[in-house]
Amino acid sequence: MEVPASGQPMSAGPNAAPSLVIRNLRKEYRAGEPVLKNVCFEVTGRGMTAIIGPSGTGKSTLIRCINRLVEPTAGEIVFLGRDLATLNRKELRMARRQIGMVFQEYNLVERLSVIENVLCGRLGFVPLWRTWSRRFPAGDIERAFQLLDAVGLSTFATQRADQLSGGQRQRVGIARALMQEPNLLLADEPTSSLDPKTSVEIMELIANRASERNIPVIVNIHNVALAKRFANRIIGMSKGEIVFDGPPTGLEDAHLVEIYGGEDWLE
Amino acid sequence: MAARIGWNDMIQGISQGKARVSSHRRRDAFPPNWPMRLVLVALATYVIYATTVIDLSWSRFVIGLDQGARFIARMLPPNMAGDKLDLLFNGMLESLQIAIIATIVGVVLSLPLGLAAARNLSPWPLAWMARTLVVLFRTFHPVIVAILFVKAVGFGALAGMLALVVASVGFLAKLFAEATEEMSMKQVEGVRATGASFLSLVVMAVVPQVMSRFIGFSAYQLDSNLRNSALVGLVGGGGIGATLFTAFQRFDYDFVLTIVLSVIAVIMVGEILSGWMRRLFQ
Repeated sequence: MEVPASGQPMSAGPNAAPSLVIRNLRKEYRAGEPVLKNVCFEVTGRGMTAIIGPSGTGKSTLIRCINRLVEPTAGEIVFLGRDLATLNRKELRMARRQIGMVFQEYNLVERLSVIENVLCGRLGFVPLWRTWSRRFPAGDIERAFQLLDAVGLSTFATQRADQLSGGQRQRVGIARALMQEPNLLLADEPTSSLDPKTSVEIMELIANRASERNIPVIVNIHNVALAKRFANRIIGMSKGEIVFDGPPTGLEDAHLVEIYGGEDWLE
Repeated sequence: MAARIGWNDMIQGISQGKARVSSHRRRDAFPPNWPMRLVLVALATYVIYATTVIDLSWSRFVIGLDQGARFIARMLPPNMAGDKLDLLFNGMLESLQIAIIATIVGVVLSLPLGLAAARNLSPWPLAWMARTLVVLFRTFHPVIVAILFVKAVGFGALAGMLALVVASVGFLAKLFAEATEEMSMKQVEGVRATGASFLSLVVMAVVPQVMSRFIGFSAYQLDSNLRNSALVGLVGGGGIGATLFTAFQRFDYDFVLTIVLSVIAVIMVGEILSGWMRRLFQ
């Protein structure tokens, strides 16, 4: 049963497509040295948007500015009609509940069990005493098991997360994000710590689950081939700016040279 | 190419036992640490000087040995009379109670204080205040704190317990804060991104990471409080220390030995228990 957080502020109306508009986003970790300069783009409807670009170009910062794990210096991040950059703590938590996130190093709580990690996706909804005493609502627990079934890890439910392999951990990470019933899925280099075969499986899982839920995905990714294969839109970044924005078929070697610099590596 | 030739030349030079000192300055892997040498010389000089000043002579040592032998003779055999054992039992029980209650109260107070002092979780003014408080608690040795409390609330177990609570908080809150600062922020970030409230974050992302270390520190503190509870008794803080002090005052050296032996036994048992507790929660 897909019951979105009904009655909560900021939930999408029945017709409103989940959308994200980023305007003039700027981030400086040190004053005067912007990591992101005036980034603008818009994501509507469904589908996967892949952000590619060299290391240190601000891709992770960009994706973390969306749910304010990193505080933007200036600019607007409008999600479902509200500017996330201006929200107070409580409103920010309400917004984060609707944005699932998958991390490069999975970011599971290693000493918690797999099912506890998946249930972490409900922490924004469940009162503290239920969290503390592990008395999550029966519906949540049922859904957590269903998600583990879907990612093929039900038999590991009560094992500690640090006993799993990288691919398995990332599946748990995805299940945790889906547990939030998000309206947007962010993925920060979800495959960079995984082998090529597992990488494809993880990308497939993310793409399929997101299209089932009809929500957009924004994914940072180093692997251009994977990006072309799974995304229907590619944003190329270089030195904190967007230098390419278009469908994968439009991404040519000339663009890659502009994004990554040099050309020897293309051969 | 030129560099490679230079390298080969050098290898040859070394293998033939003639380092090319003329062209290259010889590189020293272990340069002499002159400041450290000076400190060591100064330390040795001071120790010799101090021994002469406090009249530490061989004849004085022999007199001491003689005194010690008589002391030990008066201790043997340990006094096991019924009334003495009652005193011993009551004192020991009070010390155990002091140690256990002080540890529990100390842990309960240290948990919030330690989290508040962790700079990766709390805003800096709060962390700074918490750290100042912890430093204050650590300033004095438990015995000095115990003397203060004996003057403030009067002789007995209450003063001893309060002194050990202060010592426990000073130790535990600092270590709790350090353990919290060493936890993985990635795991915290993963939970934060779900929209968890701060307390939920603490429960699900912080506590699982630091719990086993906290338990280890608490077990160690219980161990330490058991030992210190005898100490605070010496200055009026109740427990077995008070019994021991009275026995010294009355020159009941045979009873002193009984007390010392039973304190050793209790502390050994405590050490085993706390080690077992640490393993259990690893």
